[in-house]
Formats: sequence, structure tokens, C-alpha cells
Amino acid sequence: MKIFVSIKQVPDTSGKVAVNPDGTLNRASMQTITNPDDMNALEAALKLKDETGCKVIVVTMGPPPAAGMLREALAMGADEAVLVSAREFGGSDTYATSQVLAAAIDTIGVEDDDLVICGRQAIDGDTAQVGPQIGEKLGLPQITYAADIKMDGKTVTVQRMLEDGYMTIKTQTPCLITCIKELNEPRYMSVGGVFEAYSKPLTTMGYDALKDHALIDATTIGLKGSPTNIFKSFTPPQKGAGMMMEGADKATCEELAGILAKKHII
Amino acid sequence: MDFHLTNEQLMLRKMYRDFAENEVRPLAEEIDEEERFPMETVEKMAKLGMMGIYFPKEYGGAGGDVLAYAMAVEELAKVCGTTAVILSAHTSLCCAPIFENGTEEQKKKYLPDLLSGRKIGAFGLTEPNAGTDASGQQTTAVLDESGENYILNGSKCFITNGTVAETFVVFAMTDKSKGNKGISAFIVEKSFPGFSVGKHEKKMGIRGSSTCDLIFEDCIVPKENLLGKEGKGFAIAMKTLDGGRIGIASQALGLGEGAVNEAIKYTQERVQFGKRLSQFQNTQFQLADMHTRMQAAQYLVYAAAMKKQNHEDYSMDASMAKLFAAEAASDVTRRAVQLFGGYGYTREYPVERMMRDAKITEIYEGTSEVQRMVIASRLGVK
Repeated sequence: MKIFVSIKQVPDTSGKVAVNPDGTLNRASMQTITNPDDMNALEAALKLKDETGCKVIVVTMGPPPAAGMLREALAMGADEAVLVSAREFGGSDTYATSQVLAAAIDTIGVEDDDLVICGRQAIDGDTAQVGPQIGEKLGLPQITYAADIKMDGKTVTVQRMLEDGYMTIKTQTPCLITCIKELNEPRYMSVGGVFEAYSKPLTTMGYDALKDHALIDATTIGLKGSPTNIFKSFTPPQKGAGMMMEGADKATCEELAGILAKKHII
Repeated sequence: MDFHLTNEQLMLRKMYRDFAENEVRPLAEEIDEEERFPMETVEKMAKLGMMGIYFPKEYGGAGGDVLAYAMAVEELAKVCGTTAVILSAHTSLCCAPIFENGTEEQKKKYLPDLLSGRKIGAFGLTEPNAGTDASGQQTTAVLDESGENYILNGSKCFITNGTVAETFVVFAMTDKSKGNKGISAFIVEKSFPGFSVGKHEKKMGIRGSSTCDLIFEDCIVPKENLLGKEGKGFAIAMKTLDGGRIGIASQALGLGEGAVNEAIKYTQERVQFGKRLSQFQNTQFQLADMHTRMQAAQYLVYAAAMKKQNHEDYSMDASMAKLFAAEAASDVTRRAVQLFGGYGYTREYPVERMMRDAKITEIYEGTSEVQRMVIASRLGVK
């Protein structure tokens, strides 16, 4: 059994978001982190590795510096890493990205008892589309918004967390799961893990390695081939701090009603 | 000289920082206030391999290097001096002497539990009448009639990790007539008959760390727990303290750097006379000096750690690193309190704690005066 974990290096939005004049993100000027939901996906895979001894392969598509993020995943306990990187892939939207990642995963090979795990969505685009699209392109059943994952042989039971409740779904491997932050608490890298990280395999797949794959349509990858066009990116103005009132007595309710009336809300 | 850190070292620093920010900083104020040993943090550090950073994997260590250990202590100390010294005393003063002087049997018996963090280690050298003059040991160790056990009598004081440790490296006189050369080292388990832990010291700083007396009343220590040869204890103690000084120098380094970080943050927020404090040249000059001192300290500390890693003679380097880093930390934390003004004097902000924590680095594991003695003696100045 092996688990593919698709992860992405994203700008650290806890600092200021920098935008280029053409509306795209100025990634070079921002610190990067591993996308938070992807950390939950990696933790889910590592937990299954702890239980079953399976192999964990992290895959990312990105520029060469994304290798640093992959090494961190290896230091956390992943066994192998694959960096999918080529100029031709640059600027890909979710449609194009999922095509390339699906082709990369398929090149390594999804076997009968394998899993593909992704984060729900990346904090830079917030689309939540790449995971499901990889599942579609690989022809795998997919379960999104996983808040709990249990495995029993080839049977996977996932509790999905939805806005209005939980849904439990059972399926068979191979399948694709997208994870939410409630699923787990990602582990830290370990000291021993860091010293092993640079001796674990990290392979790079370039354009030539994937261009002839059946899932790749050269006209729909990269910035030019992407159906999505970004017209403008901007940092939304900060909302003012909220106000918290405590108590359920009459005086508090009247105070609240007074504030709302003053703002012409009621 | 190569001042660049390796990819592994940079990654470790990031990991230590994440851990310190998320797991250690939130407890720092509370454990200081309540004088509470943060056992939960030790358990978390153990899981990450931090309790045996630079020891080989065959004994349960993480397979790292001495600089990786120094950086761990440094990053912890940036947010909590207590947590830093727990790691330093355990690693440098208990794991290291057993690893460096123990027989294969001793290493196999004691190191896996210590390096994995299942057990905490401590070191017993200081006595009420043998502090800086460590050769004045009054604790005695006498072979019993069977010749199978040493019987230890006496007491130790100011023992870091004392109340929580289960394994101790303890020094005692096996032959008083020989002075220094009559001192021997022993591995003592908490469960040995006749061993007990005495009063807990109430301290000015590092208040979450455990500091107590060790009492030996006809304490039975099996002969096979003699560490190194009989009479070699003083040399083992001095060599151990050389290594320990890298740990304490790293603690001092982290405390000073932590105070600089806090001061930069605060002075950019605090407004007086219509300006942020950071806009005043006095603040800028203070912070420039503070950072420069800590950067110089870092070079000395890292150089000493790398020399130890490379099995070079690092004794003077460790002394210089500890002397400089400890005095820099005391100065820089004091200046940080000054930049904070009245707020810095309150427990609402961490700089007063850092100032209290920093002072001990000029005292334990060899006072600054002892470091000057070591350095002068290495220079051949008599």
C-alpha cells in the first residue's frame, strides 16, 4: 500500500499579501509555507503509515524552491518526494494543475490498495478544486471534507464534515480523499527526521517526463492553456474588530438592541 | 570559516522555532509564576528526538550533531529559559558523560531511556562546601565488605532536574588522601537504597526548573555503576562541564536574542511624544548594540559547538562562549527592560523574566570568574 499526498507551497498570508501590477501574486516577495490543509493531509497519511507501515509519497507542482517544502515533508516522515516542475506548467489554473498532478501520480502508478490524499483547498486560491479534479482524472472515487478517516484492509470509512452535519461514507481503495483542518493536528518535523530528509529520494519530473502522458493535453496546461484568467488580485480592506458582549440579562439585551438600532440594523 | 548553516541546520532551526512558539512560549509565564516543572513539554520534546539530539541512533539518539543541540537550547531559551536548561542539563551533564565515559554495558543500560526522554538525567557535583572549588568534595564512596557495592554518604546541592530525574551522574571521594585524584564518578539511579531528594530551592529565575539537594545515606551503588576508572572523577567532571558550557552559553544566547526580539516588537508599537519608540535614535542605537552583542555571542557559541563536534580541543572555546554569551545576555535583557520602561518591570511582559533567567547563566556550570580562570590558564598566563 502507498499513499500519495498532494501538497502545495503557498504564500504565508499571515504577513502582508503582495500583488504585482498585473494582478498576479508577487510570490517572490512573500514568505512561503506548506498549505495548511495539505499539512492535515500529510498528517493523515503519516498516521496511516504509523498504523500500517505503508509508503508515503509527497507530490507537488511548483518552481524549484518547492523542493525545500518537500524536504520538510520528508523530515516529518514521508518516504519519497516528487517535484513536478517545468516552465510549461507555470501559471496553470486548477484544471491544468490537476491534469499535470494526475499524470505525475499515474506515472508512478496507483495500485489497488493505494490512496491519494489532498488538503481541502489552498489558502492562495481557495478553490478546493484541485483535489477533486485529480480524482476525476484518475478515475478514482473521491471523498471530500474528511474529518475522520478509518481504514480496514481496502475499506476506507470517512466522516465528512459539512456545514449542517456529518456524513459517513464507505468506499474501497484506490480512492481520493480531501482533508479539513479538523481531521488532525499535523506533527512537527523530528530531529532524526531532519537528518534523514536529505538522504531520502526526491525526484523531479519535468515537461518531457509527462508531455506524452494520456492525461496531458498540451493545449490546456500552463498559463496560456488555463481556462481561468485572473483579472485582479487585491488585499481586502481589514474589517474592524468585532465587539463581544457577555450575559443574557435584560440590560445586556437592551444594550445590544440599542447598538443595532443605532446602526439602523433593526 | 564557513558561516553558512547547512540545509539540515536551517530546517532544524525552523522546526525548533515552530515548536518553541507553539508549545513552549504559551507555558513560559505560567511555569515561572507557579514554579512548575513543565513535564508535558519534556514529553513532547522526547517525541521529537530532542532529548538525545547529538547521540548515535544505536543508543536511541537522534543522530544529529552538537550544533543542532546548541540551536535547540538557543531556540527554546528565546521563549523560555526554564525549558532550555532542562534540556541542557539532561543532555550535557548526564547523557554526555555516560556516552563519553561509560562502558558498553552502561551505555546500553542507561542511554536508550535517557536519549528517548523516557527518563530525565541530572548531575551531582556541587556540594554546600564545594561549589567553584569542586575539588573539595565531602561526599564519600567506600567499597563495602563484599567488594560488590560502593556505599555513598554525603549530600549535593543546587542539582538541576533533581526532583524529576531518574538517572544521576554523581561524584564522590573514593580516596580522600589523593585530593582531586581521589574523586570518582558514579551512575546513580533514583531507586537505589539510601538515595533521596532534599529541599527544592526557590530561585530568582528559571523558576520552572527543578533545583534541589540530593542526599546519600549509606546509599548502595553497585560496583558496575562506577563511571570511568576510580580516581578519574574530577577529570570526567571537568570534561563534562566543558560540554555543559556550550549548553548554558546557548541558553544565554537564546535569552538575549529573545529579549532583542521582544524589544524590537515593543518599541515599534509603543508611542511616546507622538512617535514610536523605535523612531528615537536612542532606541535604534540600543537595539543595534544589543543585536551586535548577541550576534557575536552566536558566533562564539556555534564555533565551540562545531569544535566539539569535530573532536577538537574546545575547552577554551566553550569557556569564552559561555563567558561572553552569559554577560551579553545579562546586559541585553537588562537593557530590554529599560526600553520597555515601567511595563518592562511588570510581569505582563516577558522581559523581566528573561532578565531574571539570564543572571544564572553567569553563575552555574562555572561562574564567569571561573571561565576567565580557564581562559587565562589556556593562554599560559600565570
